[in-house]
Amino acid sequence: MTLFGLDLVIPLKLLIGIAVVLLPAGTTVYLYLFKAVSFMQSRLGPMEAGPYGSMQLLAEVGKSLQKEDIFPAKADRTVFAMAPYVVLMSTFLLAALVPFGPDAYFVDLDTGIFFALAVSSVSVVGILMAGWSSASKYSLLGGLRAAGQLVAYELPLVLAVVGVVIQAGTLNLQGIIAAQTGGEIFGWGAIGNPFILTQFVGFLIFMIAVQAELTQVPFDMPIAESELVSGYMTEYSGMRFLMFFIGEFATAAIFGFLGSVLFLGGWQIPPFVTDLLGIEADSNWFNVIGPLVMVVKMLVLTFVIYWVRFTYPRFREDQLQTFAWKFLIPLSLVNIAFTGLLKVVF
Amino acid sequence: MALVPKGLIKGLGVTFKELTKTVVNGAETVQYPHEKEAPPTRARGVIALHEENCTACMLCVRECPDWCIYIEGHKELAPPRRAGGKPRSVNKLDRFDIDYGLCMYCGICVEVCPFEAIFWSPEYEYSEPRIADLLHDKTRLGQWMETVPEFEPYEAGAEVKAKKVPR
Amino acid sequence: MTAISDRRQLAYIAAQAADARVNVEIEAEGMTLNIGPQHPATHGTLRIVARLDGELVTDAEPMMGYMHRGYEKLTEVRTYPQVTTLINRIDWLGSFANEVPFILAAEQLMEIEAPARAQHIRTILFEMARIANVTLFLGDMGVQLGAVTPIFYAFRDREHILNQIESATGGRFHPNFDRIGGVKDDLPAGWIAETKTSLGKIRSFCDEMEDLLVGNAIFEARTRGIGVIPADIALSYGLTGANVRASGVDWDLRRDNPCGLSYDKVDWKVWTHPDGDSFARYWVRLQEVRESCSIVEQLLDTLPSGPIMAKVPRIIKVPEGEAYAETENPLGVMGYYVVSKGGLEPFRVKIRSASFSNMSITPWLLKGSYVPDVITILASLYFILGDIDR
Repeated sequence: MTLFGLDLVIPLKLLIGIAVVLLPAGTTVYLYLFKAVSFMQSRLGPMEAGPYGSMQLLAEVGKSLQKEDIFPAKADRTVFAMAPYVVLMSTFLLAALVPFGPDAYFVDLDTGIFFALAVSSVSVVGILMAGWSSASKYSLLGGLRAAGQLVAYELPLVLAVVGVVIQAGTLNLQGIIAAQTGGEIFGWGAIGNPFILTQFVGFLIFMIAVQAELTQVPFDMPIAESELVSGYMTEYSGMRFLMFFIGEFATAAIFGFLGSVLFLGGWQIPPFVTDLLGIEADSNWFNVIGPLVMVVKMLVLTFVIYWVRFTYPRFREDQLQTFAWKFLIPLSLVNIAFTGLLKVVF
Repeated sequence: MALVPKGLIKGLGVTFKELTKTVVNGAETVQYPHEKEAPPTRARGVIALHEENCTACMLCVRECPDWCIYIEGHKELAPPRRAGGKPRSVNKLDRFDIDYGLCMYCGICVEVCPFEAIFWSPEYEYSEPRIADLLHDKTRLGQWMETVPEFEPYEAGAEVKAKKVPR
Repeated sequence: MTAISDRRQLAYIAAQAADARVNVEIEAEGMTLNIGPQHPATHGTLRIVARLDGELVTDAEPMMGYMHRGYEKLTEVRTYPQVTTLINRIDWLGSFANEVPFILAAEQLMEIEAPARAQHIRTILFEMARIANVTLFLGDMGVQLGAVTPIFYAFRDREHILNQIESATGGRFHPNFDRIGGVKDDLPAGWIAETKTSLGKIRSFCDEMEDLLVGNAIFEARTRGIGVIPADIALSYGLTGANVRASGVDWDLRRDNPCGLSYDKVDWKVWTHPDGDSFARYWVRLQEVRESCSIVEQLLDTLPSGPIMAKVPRIIKVPEGEAYAETENPLGVMGYYVVSKGGLEPFRVKIRSASFSNMSITPWLLKGSYVPDVITILASLYFILGDIDR
């Protein structure tokens, strides 16, 4: 497409790319961080900025933009400045993979989910950079705790997904969606084969591991507000802090998208509904309703994440690690063995 | 942890129940300044002055822990009570200021006044941008008298009787 | 140039600079972490200097005094009613409870006793102060451990108790209601019924806390076995209140020495727990709130009629002498040692505050615990800075 002789495709793609990351992040922040948590605590949350407080996030962005950019005196300036960008980079890389419809995606890699999991680990480097370069004991403690925790919970995350991959037979995200829609549970194909039902244990492990990857309570030792003030983010102010903040919520939303692709059937709807509506499973309609379906499923999964976050106290670091290494990983290995066995038998 | 962590699920249930309760019934918080709660009758909001009763005896000034009351008065001759008697001297109040920047809202001044000249009122919205404006003078303190509620009746079994506020 | 090595010089300079700032030090053994005085976990301006080995605390030293307001000096230049007003602010959460031991000591010196109705009202407000104080603890312990919701429930349900205190005394936080010889005023009509409704809300709050925190496996994992205080160590360090009852010691001044308060007219129970860990301290306080609700209800039902003030002169001059009165305050045992030389003002008041003695065990207790456990232990000991520093 050209407008006034300028090629529009690349800027448009950039815009959509940024929107795909920021819009879900903003929605989850408003719905869950401002409203759901407030309602759980018998209060209404922000109400003054815009109708029902919907412009609160914009107000916070504006506030952060005009803040002083503080560098601690002893901080390593380059590393300190780069750390938020590294964390955000992993978020954007993840976002590039999410399919919103049969033709509505940025890239369709054959190693889809493998690439996604690999890229999500890049944020660990960013967090370590933040913790170390802040030249503050609290940030250091937070960064070290984060490194240990995120590495430990990568394994259950990957192993839980392996079960899905075995059942779907492919690493490609569109292929996983197709496997869920086209599959059957013991010969009954009305709702396809959403892996949340047939991979229930894997789903639970995935959700727990995602909670830990996002450093949300009960796994938020790295941030541990009442001890470390903000952990590795303590010394950041203004726009840099906001980047960590947006990165955290955007990653939560993206993991919500990935979870709905892996376990809830992605942008597809149950086969009996498509039959009712009389449209083909691959038709162009899905490029329109696909994104809506994805957003709804993402909101359901992120609600669970935030519901748990605002209810439970946090684990201690060693309890966290014991839980990962001595409970989740063996369980996920058993899950893989069981899935493989069933796949061969049936 | 047990295989089915019942306590964890119950905890989730508590917060979810609260969420639905707030969605249906509204929040427990009061959305000030759009809606305001009425403080109880005895709430210590602001002190009101009934000038006619004040004799400038200075008891409240002396008993205030913060010394935030400033009184100045002078003596005047008033006509005698009966014809042919001596003119009596009465105290006239020149200045009665309370500095609410210092006031602790303890209520000792209201309690020790022997002539029922100062009273508590539950009004609390008198904040000012300048600290100097927190010094309320005689006129302003007299205006607060309109907001002083009547004393409440007591519970059963009380021996004291509720007094009346002079208007 | 001196013969001190560069390493020692660096350590000396770093030690000088570490006074109030948090910074990284190059030291031979471990890292020194300054917890506070500005910190979300230390209920105010408390500073704990902890030496760490990784995440293990090898040494901890609390430094108090950042909030010292000079109460004992203030009492030398204030009359008795003025002192009553000021001491509300020592333990600001259970504020009525601070007035009671002081008034009891002054009544001992004047050798008068408050009438029965006044004693009942005093006890009711005392227990309501305890409920207001400890419900905040129940929510606050959740926040220190990471659960952000319980504290909102605590504030929400505590409002009802504060509203009742305000209806009776005029002040939510600083009632200033106790007087030598009785209480200031009688209860307004309808107060008894409204208070019973508020107590019902506190009871449902306790049930919610039981579901949200006590039954929570994560909470148990964080608090069971953490900060165990054996009974004899607790007593030797002067711990009082729920801290010592959670170590199994059956000691409650309300039952053993109720001078001037009406606890002997009510049927109630002292709760103890044998474990002595942080979970026990939380559990004991939860049961105590429930017990306080039942005590207040019984007192409200059996409120005798009569005067609320004994015969006292208008200007109170306390005769010469010394008296000590202590009561079981929400934070522990609080006592006032009043020395009077016969004037309008006390000559000297020594305030024995509970949290000051409760803090003395922290160096012993924090040694060998992890940094997150430091927070749990401090939260479970439950001190208020105003009470420590006065």
